[in-house]
Amino acid sequence: MTESLPLLSRVADSVYWLSRYVERAENIARYIGVNLNLQLDLPLAPAQQWQPLIDTTGDTEAFKERYGEARQDTVIEYLAYDEQNPSSIISCLRAARENARSVRETISPEMWAQINSMYLHIQTHDTIPQPERMLDSFREIRLGCHLFQGITDATMSHNEAWHFLRLGRKLERADKTSRILDVKYFMLLPSVKDVGTPYDDIHWAAVLKSVSGFEMYRKKYGRITPNHVVEFLVMDREFPRAILYCISEANESLHRITGTPKDAFRFRSEQLLGLLDSELNFSSVEDILRNGLHEYLDSLQQKMNNVDAQVRADFMNAVYQQQQRQSA
Amino acid sequence: MSGTAARTNADHMNDPMRLSTYERDGFYDEMFDEAGLARPEAQLLLETLESLQDGQLQRCQMAAERLLIQLGITFNVYGDSAGTERAFPFDLIPRIIRGQEWEWIERGLKQRITALNQFIDDIYHDQKILKDKIIPEEVIKSAIFFRPQCAGINPPNGVWCHITGTDLIRHGDGQIYVLEDNLRVPSGVSYVLENRDLMKRTFPQVFEGLRIRPVDEYPSLLLETLEAIAPGGTRDKPLVVLLTPGMYNSAYFEHSFLAQKMGIPLVEGRDLVVENQKVYMKTTMGLRRVDVIYRRIDDDFLDPEAFRADSLLGVPGIMAAFRAGNVALANAPGNGVADDKVVYAYVPDMIKYYLGEDPILPNVPTFLCWREDDRKYVLENLDKLVVKAANEAGGYGMLVGPHATQAQRDEFATKIKAAPRDYIAQPTLALSRVPTLIGDHLEGRHVDLRPYVLYGKDIRVIPGGLTRVALRKGSLVVNSSQGGGSKDTWVMA
Repeated sequence: MTESLPLLSRVADSVYWLSRYVERAENIARYIGVNLNLQLDLPLAPAQQWQPLIDTTGDTEAFKERYGEARQDTVIEYLAYDEQNPSSIISCLRAARENARSVRETISPEMWAQINSMYLHIQTHDTIPQPERMLDSFREIRLGCHLFQGITDATMSHNEAWHFLRLGRKLERADKTSRILDVKYFMLLPSVKDVGTPYDDIHWAAVLKSVSGFEMYRKKYGRITPNHVVEFLVMDREFPRAILYCISEANESLHRITGTPKDAFRFRSEQLLGLLDSELNFSSVEDILRNGLHEYLDSLQQKMNNVDAQVRADFMNAVYQQQQRQSA
Repeated sequence: MSGTAARTNADHMNDPMRLSTYERDGFYDEMFDEAGLARPEAQLLLETLESLQDGQLQRCQMAAERLLIQLGITFNVYGDSAGTERAFPFDLIPRIIRGQEWEWIERGLKQRITALNQFIDDIYHDQKILKDKIIPEEVIKSAIFFRPQCAGINPPNGVWCHITGTDLIRHGDGQIYVLEDNLRVPSGVSYVLENRDLMKRTFPQVFEGLRIRPVDEYPSLLLETLEAIAPGGTRDKPLVVLLTPGMYNSAYFEHSFLAQKMGIPLVEGRDLVVENQKVYMKTTMGLRRVDVIYRRIDDDFLDPEAFRADSLLGVPGIMAAFRAGNVALANAPGNGVADDKVVYAYVPDMIKYYLGEDPILPNVPTFLCWREDDRKYVLENLDKLVVKAANEAGGYGMLVGPHATQAQRDEFATKIKAAPRDYIAQPTLALSRVPTLIGDHLEGRHVDLRPYVLYGKDIRVIPGGLTRVALRKGSLVVNSSQGGGSKDTWVMA
C-alpha cells in the first residue's frame, strides 16, 4: 500500500464518515423495525418499549424537550425523519451523501448512485408511513444500506480509501451493538418477575433480532440465556455484528492502511485499537458480568471513542497540525 | 422513402412526431435546409425519429431526465441557498456537424489558439504587439484580467492556454463565427461526455447505421496534456491534481467527474501547502510533492499572497512556486487578458501579426465603445445591438437590444457613457436552431457550440463539443444559469 499515492487527509476523513453515517442509518432502521415487531408481541405497556430507543441514540434530553412523551409516532418521527436530529436516518443519509459528493472521484460511480438514490428516496418520503407500509419502509432502508455496503465491496478497489470505509463501518457497528445491548440489558434486568417467562425470551430475542443475530445465535447456543446472548454479541468471532468481530476487522484495516505488521504499532491509534482487540480476545463473559455489564460496555464505548479520536488525529488532522506547526 | 422533408405531403399525415408541422421561422436550421429538406448528415436520424411510435421519444426523454438526477449530474446555482443542485437540462435530439465542416472548424481553432498563446506570452514579456501599435497599449493596461504579477514568467513549453472552451455560433448567413474565447477556466466538457453516455443509454436505436466520432478519449487527452507540462525531468511520473474551490462551486460535478476519469486526486486549497516554493498535498502519510495543478479556481482566488488577500479558497505561496518553475498551473494565470471582449476584437489582427495568416474562423463584428465613432453608432442603435460588459461571462451584464425595454436600453446608455471602455456591442445574431423536444413535438431552439481545445505539446480538439440550447422560445441566451440546456453533439465521420 505504501508504494501508491496515499490518500488526501480530507478524503480519508470523508470516506470514513460516509461509511459511519450509512452504518448509523442502518442501525436506526433496525432498532425501529425490531421495536415495531416487539410491540405486536407485547400488548402490555407498549409505551416503555420506545423510550430505550431514544436512550440508545444518546439524545434523551433533546428528545424530551421537543417531543415530551416517547410514543411510537414521536419516536419514529424523531429517529427517522427529523432533520433537526443529527442522528436521524434522514440526517445520516444526507451527511453520508454530502461526504460521498465530496469524494466522488475516490469512490466508484455505483456507490455514489446508490447513496444518492437512497437519499433522494427518503427525501421524497419523509413522513411516517401508513401502518401497513411501516415495517417495509424500514426494511427497505436497511436493504438500501446493505446494498451500499455490497456495492462498496464489489466495485471499489480494496485500497486505502476502502480500508478507511471499512474502518468507519466497523467502529460504528461495534458501537451500535454495544449500545443496544446496554440499553436492553438495563430494561430487561429489573423485571425479575419475568425471568424465565415467555416475555423474557421475547425481549432477548428482540435484542438478537435487532442485530439480525437471532437465527445465528440459535444455531450456536440453542436456548436463549442472558449470559449466552452477551457472550454472542460481545465476543463472538464469527458473527459479523459482534463487537469483537468488528473490532478485529477494524484493526486489520487500520494495519493495512499504515502497512504496519499486524502485531505491532507505529501510530498511537494502532496501539489503542490493538489493545482493545486484545482485551476483547482475552475476556470471558463471567468476568464481564461479575464486574457489571453496563460498566463494561461503558468503558468499551469510551475506548472506541478514543480510537476514533486518535484515528482522526493520526491521519485526518494533518491540515490543522500543519497550520499549527507553521504558525508556531 | 422520399420523405424526410420538414413539410411535404400526405406521407406524413400520420407522422407521430409531427415533423411535418416543424417550422424554421426563417432561421438557419442545423437539420433542414432552406427548402425544408433534411440536410444529408441529418437524413438517417430524421428517418429514425419518424419511425418511432407515439410517445416513444418522450419516454426516452423522461428516462434521460431521471438518469440525470439519479447520477447526480448537476450544477449548483449561485444566488440560491448554498448547495442547491439542479440537473442541467438535456435534450434528446442531437446537433449534427458534417465531418468536412468540422475539419475546417478544427483548423480554425488551432490557428486561433496558437495566435492567442503567442499573444499572451508576448504581453507578459516584450509586448512587441503593443510596440508595433497593432493593439493600443491602454487596452491592455485597462483590461481587468491583465496580471502584472505574471510578467516575465515562463510556463513550461511556453504554453499559457492549456484548456480552452471557444464559443462558436452560426449566424443566419450560415457562417460560423467565434463569439468568445473563454481562456480562463472554461467548464462544460463533462456534459459533452455525459450527454453522449445518456444518449447511448436511453436512445440507443439512433446510433444504428451512423458513424459518429467518439468523444470519450477526452480524459486521457487531458491527462496527457497535463503530464506534458510537468516541470523539467525530476521524476518519471509527475503528480497531477485537480484543484477545485469545493463542492459548493457551480461546476463541482465537473471537477470531481474529470478527476475521477483521469484517476487523479481532487484537491481543495486547504489540502495543499507551499514550503520552500514547492507545492505539497497533505495525505494520511504526510506531505507529497505536487507537479502539475489543473486549477479550476479563478486567478483572483488562487493565491492570497499574490492576488485577493481575502481568498480562503486558494493556496498561499502557489504563485511564487509557479514563478520559480517548481509547479505547473493549467491554465496559466494571467491568460484572462485575452478574454477581455475589447481584446477579443483584436484577435484577427493577432493572427495576422504573429502567424502571417488570414483568420480561418471570423470574429463577430464588434463595436468598441471607447472609440468615439463606435460609441456614437452603438448609442444610436441600441435597439438593434447586443451590448456586453467587456469582462463578464455567463450571460451576465448583457443587453439584448431588440428584446429589451426602453428603460433597460436607457440604463445601458448611461452605463456606456460613464465607462465606455467597459462595453462592447455586436449585431444581434440570429443563432442557428436545432429541433428540440418541447412537450410532445419538435420546435426549433437556438444553439451555440463550445469545442474544447487542449494544448500541451501540440494542440488537440475533441470532435464536436458542448451544444448549448436556449430552451425558452425565442431566447438567444444559452447559459445554464439562464434557462439553457444542452444536446449531444455529433461530428459525422
